[in-house]
Amino acid sequence: MSAQIFAFYLFAVSCVAGGLFTVIARNPVHSVLWLILSFLSAAGLFVLLGAEFVAMLLIIVYVGAVAVLFLFVVMMLDVDFAELKAEMARYLPLALLIGVVILMQLAMAFGVWETAEGVTLADRPDAIAGGGDHNTDALGRILYDKYFLLFQLSGLILLVAMVGAIVLTLRHRDYVKRQDVLAQMYRDPAEAMELKDIKPGQGL
Amino acid sequence: MDDLLREYLPILVFLGIATGLGLVLILAALIVAPNDADPEKLSAYECGFNAFDDARMKFDVRFYLVSILFIIFDLEIAFLFPWAVAFGDLSDVAFWSMMAFLAVLTAGFAYEWKKGAMDWE
Repeated sequence: MSAQIFAFYLFAVSCVAGGLFTVIARNPVHSVLWLILSFLSAAGLFVLLGAEFVAMLLIIVYVGAVAVLFLFVVMMLDVDFAELKAEMARYLPLALLIGVVILMQLAMAFGVWETAEGVTLADRPDAIAGGGDHNTDALGRILYDKYFLLFQLSGLILLVAMVGAIVLTLRHRDYVKRQDVLAQMYRDPAEAMELKDIKPGQGL
Repeated sequence: MDDLLREYLPILVFLGIATGLGLVLILAALIVAPNDADPEKLSAYECGFNAFDDARMKFDVRFYLVSILFIIFDLEIAFLFPWAVAFGDLSDVAFWSMMAFLAVLTAGFAYEWKKGAMDWE
């Protein structure tokens, strides 16, 4: 039990510290690395809760893909980040105000939290859905038919994201010469070349 | 409940060792390594001439496109995992619901291919 508590505080502290250093790190690339630490610690917290699948998802999707996207953005933006950081002091009061408001809202939500009649809160995720040896299994049993509509909607959202990304960023440059493999393979010597017999003294 | 966490204990130990080793190496470098910095040594090195400007420059937006498409298919795979794990107990609705999901994303994939989003000119 004590190892569990120790692990909880370890991950909680490194998660919060990662978030803090994400904001105050001077170098934006370091910010992204701190963010990755934050994601990893959150994954550790999920494991402690028993939500293994969500933890692994956090590592695969957030650390593996979203952090890469952030790195691209950081490197692609041709912005002088040092100058932006200098302005941080100016906006600090506003940021603190927003932080306090969010904290108060969370406290209020926590204070008036009530569960409806007949609902019991499960301690651990694998208690939900009944059966299933572990929570990936338990999730698989309910996600695809009980939450059919939400699942299909998530598919459509992914489709829209894909189409949107292509429409927004894809530019074909006409001046770039590209190899068209099919056209090359279907090129027929008989059609590509024509021999003409030209009599002497006459043009074509 | 402790069974699950006991399985993760080696990972926690490994994490501790990795962090400890990292800290030891950094601290050892700070303490042991000679540190006599001068501006010439710290400046960016480019062969034959002074560095023109910052290393940060505009990337082609297509790198970004590739990475967004990667995330989308990553999420598709993430949805496939619980489905595959619970495959033996799935109802027909669950099976065909995944088929519909895959069909939607395959339509997107066909669009992407047709548009040439994966070609690098």
